Amino acid sequence: MTKVTMTVNGKSVSGAVEGRTLLSDFIREGLRLTGTHVGCDTSQCGACVVHVDGKAVKSCTMLAAEAEGAEIKTIEGMANPDGSLSVIQQAFQDHHGLQCGFCTPGMVMSAAALLAENPSPTESEIRKYLEGNICRCTGYHNIIKAIMAASGQSVADVAAE
Amino acid sequence: MPKDHGIGASTKRREDVRFLTGTGNYTDDINLAGQAYVHFLRSDVAHGRIKRLDTSVAADMPGVVQIFNGADFEGVGGIPCGWQVTDRHGNPMQEPAHPVLAQGKVRHVGDAIAAVVAESAAQARNAAEAIELEIEDLPAVVDMAAALADDAPKVHDDLDSNLCYDWTFGSDDDAIKAAFDAADHVTTLDLVNQRLVANPMEPRVAVGDFNRASGESTLYTTSQNPHVIRLLMGAFVLGIPEHKLRVIAPDVGGGFGSKIFHYAEEAFCTFAAKALKRPVKWTASRSEAFVTDAHGRDHVTTIELALDADNNFTGLRTRTMANMGAYLSTFAPSVPTYLHGTLMAGNYKTPAIQVNVKAVFTTTVPVDAYRGAGRPEATYQLERVIDKAARERGLDPVALRRQNFISEFPYETPVAVAYDTGDYTATMDKLLEMVDRDGFEARAAESAKAGKLRGFGVNCYIEACGIAPSALVGQLGARAGLYESATVRVNATGGLVVMTGSHSHGQGHETAFPQVIAEMIGIDADMVEIVHGDTANTPMGMGTYGSRSLAVGGSAMVRATEKIIAKAKKIAAHLLEASEGDIDLKDGQFSVAGTDKSVAWGDVTLAAYVPHNYPIEEIEPGLEETAFYDPSNFTYPAGAYACEVEVDPETGRVEICSFAAADDFGNVVNPMIVDGQVHGGLAQGIGQALLEGAVYDADGQLLSASYMDYAMPRADDLPNFQVDHSCQTPCTHNPLGVKGCGEAGAIGSPPSVVNAVVDALQRGGHDVTHIDMPLSPGRVWQAING
Ligand code: FES
Ligand code: FES
Repeated sequence: MTKVTMTVNGKSVSGAVEGRTLLSDFIREGLRLTGTHVGCDTSQCGACVVHVDGKAVKSCTMLAAEAEGAEIKTIEGMANPDGSLSVIQQAFQDHHGLQCGFCTPGMVMSAAALLAENPSPTESEIRKYLEGNICRCTGYHNIIKAIMAASGQSVADVAAE
Repeated sequence: MPKDHGIGASTKRREDVRFLTGTGNYTDDINLAGQAYVHFLRSDVAHGRIKRLDTSVAADMPGVVQIFNGADFEGVGGIPCGWQVTDRHGNPMQEPAHPVLAQGKVRHVGDAIAAVVAESAAQARNAAEAIELEIEDLPAVVDMAAALADDAPKVHDDLDSNLCYDWTFGSDDDAIKAAFDAADHVTTLDLVNQRLVANPMEPRVAVGDFNRASGESTLYTTSQNPHVIRLLMGAFVLGIPEHKLRVIAPDVGGGFGSKIFHYAEEAFCTFAAKALKRPVKWTASRSEAFVTDAHGRDHVTTIELALDADNNFTGLRTRTMANMGAYLSTFAPSVPTYLHGTLMAGNYKTPAIQVNVKAVFTTTVPVDAYRGAGRPEATYQLERVIDKAARERGLDPVALRRQNFISEFPYETPVAVAYDTGDYTATMDKLLEMVDRDGFEARAAESAKAGKLRGFGVNCYIEACGIAPSALVGQLGARAGLYESATVRVNATGGLVVMTGSHSHGQGHETAFPQVIAEMIGIDADMVEIVHGDTANTPMGMGTYGSRSLAVGGSAMVRATEKIIAKAKKIAAHLLEASEGDIDLKDGQFSVAGTDKSVAWGDVTLAAYVPHNYPIEEIEPGLEETAFYDPSNFTYPAGAYACEVEVDPETGRVEICSFAAADDFGNVVNPMIVDGQVHGGLAQGIGQALLEGAVYDADGQLLSASYMDYAMPRADDLPNFQVDHSCQTPCTHNPLGVKGCGEAGAIGSPPSVVNAVVDALQRGGHDVTHIDMPLSPGRVWQAING
């Protein structure tokens, strides 16, 4: 067991982990932040995406020990300080970008990372960027719409219905 | 103006807030004090006899609490099947035992042999690796036709053969023979509806708990229908009466059918928690999900369509082999029979239809309902054979369909169902409005310039939702009722709690159900709370699948609310000193017709619980009602779908250029949610058409057992969808006039994709009449290049 210390959603946390403990397990089991989900064991689904030092990372692909000293943000840290939904979260609700909600934390974290990099992505840029996030419920249509809207762009074209 | 509240409003979903902030409560988020973890040792061969199982070394590994194997379950029931099909000779299907842990033999890769319970998940896993296991390999039984050969190795030694049942349905032999003898033309098509994996993003989880003080067992599980699990597991497996067994399905991360069924892991965790007197938790890995979640589809079919000289459909005959896998999953026998055969008329007035299905055991994961369940298989073969017939007869596929549409309702099909209402011409007209078919040639010319082949495909579908009534399904072999329930509890200060037997795992009940009540009473939807998913505080219900929640569960809620309103009117009449018949309820106010006397909803509800001035001789205090709703018929959503594709003849790659869906769901409560349901269904249907397939090799190894090998549709694989549900012929037999929308997209979309690809290849001069799904680049390329 080794001790790790990191900042999670603005708070310093530490815990004892085994060398093989995944960051996703540390977040879920160690910190009981269960908003981060685990949907696969081959780093394919993206349900576990968090931000590590501002970058979107699949937390199932990283060891907790590797996150020593890092700045981590999870879905629990995404709302505005007053507790209201952030622009991206609100756009997901407004455009029905989620159904069962299981992929949603990863989708929101990926969307936030995308918009930080590319503030007004095209539809096809969004679709490509989400390559590592699987959603089985929505068919992605409304997720694309939500991300377009969150970036302040018109959703008229996506709203092909 | 679209409505902004009540029925018909696109009210934003209240459940989203918890899902968007990471505060949902999924089963894996539940951790109980003192819980142990179970890891299952699973077979890595398809078929074999267990020669030696030695757990002595493993039992001494750190953290191990206890190791269980098949012998521990000898006195316990097996996993039951919930539907018994009677074969064409009047005999019951062959029904094998399905032990919780393997006894003697393993029958598919993933079959559980032993269960290690330990202090941590890692310790359980490590110890499982130390179990000494010797299995004598037996020949795998993978191919269905081979499984039916006389000398085929048997999956279940105690059964006569690998044939579960041979079932015939619809018109009699004479009628069918007459139709085909008199035909001017017969179109025949052999096709495969490939095996799929449902793949909800949340893997299955079970947590068993036992309360020593009360003797009550509790199971937390990822289920679409907690009451069904309680009944099956309590009554048939573990022998625990309902009052000592509570099943909780909290937030569930998608199901698509695969979480309807009662699984061995649920029974194991409940059993072990009681045996060990501590909570026991199991969380499936995705790899485990691939080899234990019930799969879907897996039909091999020959279909023949007879036409007369005027191109009227005169007969339809279809023969299917349906894979059951190694054991009968909960509703498996019903899928290729009553959910498939009954749909073979589709939208057409074919007078003679006969369906034959042979259900087959193989050494593969059990197959059961997956989004659409039987109906996609029916739709696919019918809509593909019609397209082929149109081509053979040189007809426009839209015109041929239109000519044969059923246009008078109610309509009794030759396959035992009666459509109450529909308008197939209207949805086809709407579809053609959406797709600009006239512009197709110009678009095809553009594609040709880029070296691509463009194709257009269309199809119709009909669905039967809300399977019912109970008395009928009982005759057909269901070992369950198919009603739904709701308890509506009005609190003293006017708020309501609805306890429904339906279960939401993405469908938005918490938002849509209150819209209905708000409309009925004239109050704010925020005054209504929905409780679901816990057998301890909801009435016995059958859960959510088969697009039944609103049509059946919503109807139960309406009936219970009607009782509430009737009683509230009695109280209001007393308070207003008027006669009950003169009381109107509007906008949350009870008023006396023709006067200005009124009393508010909240005053009446308060009077019900503080009955000082109250007609106590006539009615009891309180305001709480329950209704069980057993529908008199299925509902029949229908629609027309179109797909336009571009095929790259160099690579065989298919790109979906556009996809349009015109659906008739009857009345719609929340259009935003309905659109979302259709989008999701389309993604799964297009996924089936182009990408997905569970593939076994000859040794019974599942080759596509991870997201590296099983192609899930990703954002970049799909187009934006055009969806419309403005054609509405309300259901005639339920109080909301609703039909259900959850499966339509998955049922309706595969044929138009395949029709479009065949169209593209034909236009490109390639004589290709059929390609089996998924239309991967390799398969399409091969079809082009012979
Ligand atoms: S859980 Fe990390 S990618 Fe699937
Ligand atoms: S909302 Fe269910 S997986 Fe995306």
